Amino acid sequence: MKPFDRRAFLSIGAGGVASGIVRPTISGVSANAAQPDRDRTPFRIPENDSIWDLHCHLSGVTGKTAEQRAEQLLEYADRMHVERLIFFMGYPFSQTPEPAEFRRQNDQVLTVLERWPDRLLGFAYVNASYPEESLAEVERCIQDGPMLGVKLWVGGRCDNEDIDPLIRRCGELNALVFQHTFFKVTGNLPGESTPDDIAQLATRHPDVPLICGHTGGDWTLGIRSIRQFPNVSVGIGGSDPAAGFVEMAVRELGPERVLYGSDIGGRSFASQLAKVYGAQISDEHRNLVLGENLRRMLKPIMDRKGMQQ
Amino acid sequence: MIIDVNVYLSRWPFRRLPHDDPKSLVRKLRQRGIDQAWAGSFDGLLHKDLSAVNSRLVADCEEHGKGLLVPVGSVNPMLPDWQEDLRRCHEVHGMQTIRIHPNYHGYTLDSDHCNQLFQAAQDRGLNVQLVLAMEDTRVQHPLMQVPVVDTAPLEAVVKKYPRLPLIIMNNYVAVKSGQASDLAKAGNVYFEISHFETVGALENWVQAVPLQRLLFGSYFPFFDLEASLLKFQESKLGGLATSAIQAGNAERLL
Repeated sequence: MKPFDRRAFLSIGAGGVASGIVRPTISGVSANAAQPDRDRTPFRIPENDSIWDLHCHLSGVTGKTAEQRAEQLLEYADRMHVERLIFFMGYPFSQTPEPAEFRRQNDQVLTVLERWPDRLLGFAYVNASYPEESLAEVERCIQDGPMLGVKLWVGGRCDNEDIDPLIRRCGELNALVFQHTFFKVTGNLPGESTPDDIAQLATRHPDVPLICGHTGGDWTLGIRSIRQFPNVSVGIGGSDPAAGFVEMAVRELGPERVLYGSDIGGRSFASQLAKVYGAQISDEHRNLVLGENLRRMLKPIMDRKGMQQ
Repeated sequence: MIIDVNVYLSRWPFRRLPHDDPKSLVRKLRQRGIDQAWAGSFDGLLHKDLSAVNSRLVADCEEHGKGLLVPVGSVNPMLPDWQEDLRRCHEVHGMQTIRIHPNYHGYTLDSDHCNQLFQAAQDRGLNVQLVLAMEDTRVQHPLMQVPVVDTAPLEAVVKKYPRLPLIIMNNYVAVKSGQASDLAKAGNVYFEISHFETVGALENWVQAVPLQRLLFGSYFPFFDLEASLLKFQESKLGGLATSAIQAGNAERLL
């Protein structure tokens, strides 16, 4: 795989991934003609920040194919100077996919990884309710394919020990484990894990890097739940840009355990990056959250696959 | 020039927010280039002595944010003699805008209380900011679960008050773009952008409602101020559209 070419990225960023495509006119105002005015907005993402996005989906944008959807999302990523994006799950969303369905959705993601190998990375979508088939999907997508981790959603709670062989295998492959978690005062979905569940998983697998997705939604609780487990990091994407989130995570977990992600396209780069850029943290810690931590965690498996960061 | 129509002073009841003291709030607004901020008070949610809430708000705006902070009074039509609170907002404090929280105050949009308030505000030529939610309902305090305002009656209500500028605030999923389009046609209804999500949300909303009905709002300091600012970097909006949302449309409401 070719190393990431920053100069190429910036030139793409200027013209958009879909350069050559005429951008639509909105309200009769040409986007290109108005560029100088757009630049007057007093806060913009610095071009030199190296942002990697942990948490991206192919849903939430229009497009008949996975490639069309990814192309649109990359246009937005260009504007926000997001260098690399990790995709997991295809479309339409399926909360309890049977094996044939999660294989189909992983194929959708594989398609876009092949098209944009220098920009896009992928995790395999698996279902804790099908541990054997999920393990086989780890072999297909990670051991034999380009993916770098797994995504577990709400198919089954991660405190179930049936999932242990899959987690062990991820550890052997240096693959990251991203588990969606939520504390909902309105009631969790059947099979929806909480940060307490991932804390139990961490007790059984202290050497496997685990990611507590959404930081439990209610991050004031989620951070506390996983605080004592150093192999658990938090993904901050997919919640409102409530002020104070990143400050608390950095304070309580240390800056090395906090990972930026967006949960696009249902969320936006704007709202989710604001959590980091709005936080009262040092520049050093901001860089860790925006990408350095994720690159450090992915380095072993990317090195194993011969992928350059 | 940026006019932020959705800012709060005082304290969120359930945790401390960065920048929830007026000096820090004003400093951050200025740092990010906000020229004017319409400020309500978190105290307006749960306090019953709203006259005191509004007086403190005016004093804080004057002391800490003169020329920047514009006070927006809280009115609760479920309180006895709420009409006097409204009168003071208008006549004593010179406010042009009031902010209402029907879900925290326990009335529906088609209730007599709401109709009387809308009528009174229209008669006085005031803007009304209707706040649909304060916090994701999934993560609220277990003893303080407040539903999102039911907007189903809204179209019929706004048709009754065609001269009332009604600003829909903190709208994430309560009003979808289709309903927003109908509301914009039915009455003098505006939408602020703080809770617009999905990538490229601004251009999607411009296609759903007239550009003139969108206002810059941040919901600062509950939300990070940067969230609304960065929506303009993410979107394909042109410069004239950006200027209209960031300031021009709000200027016409003053």
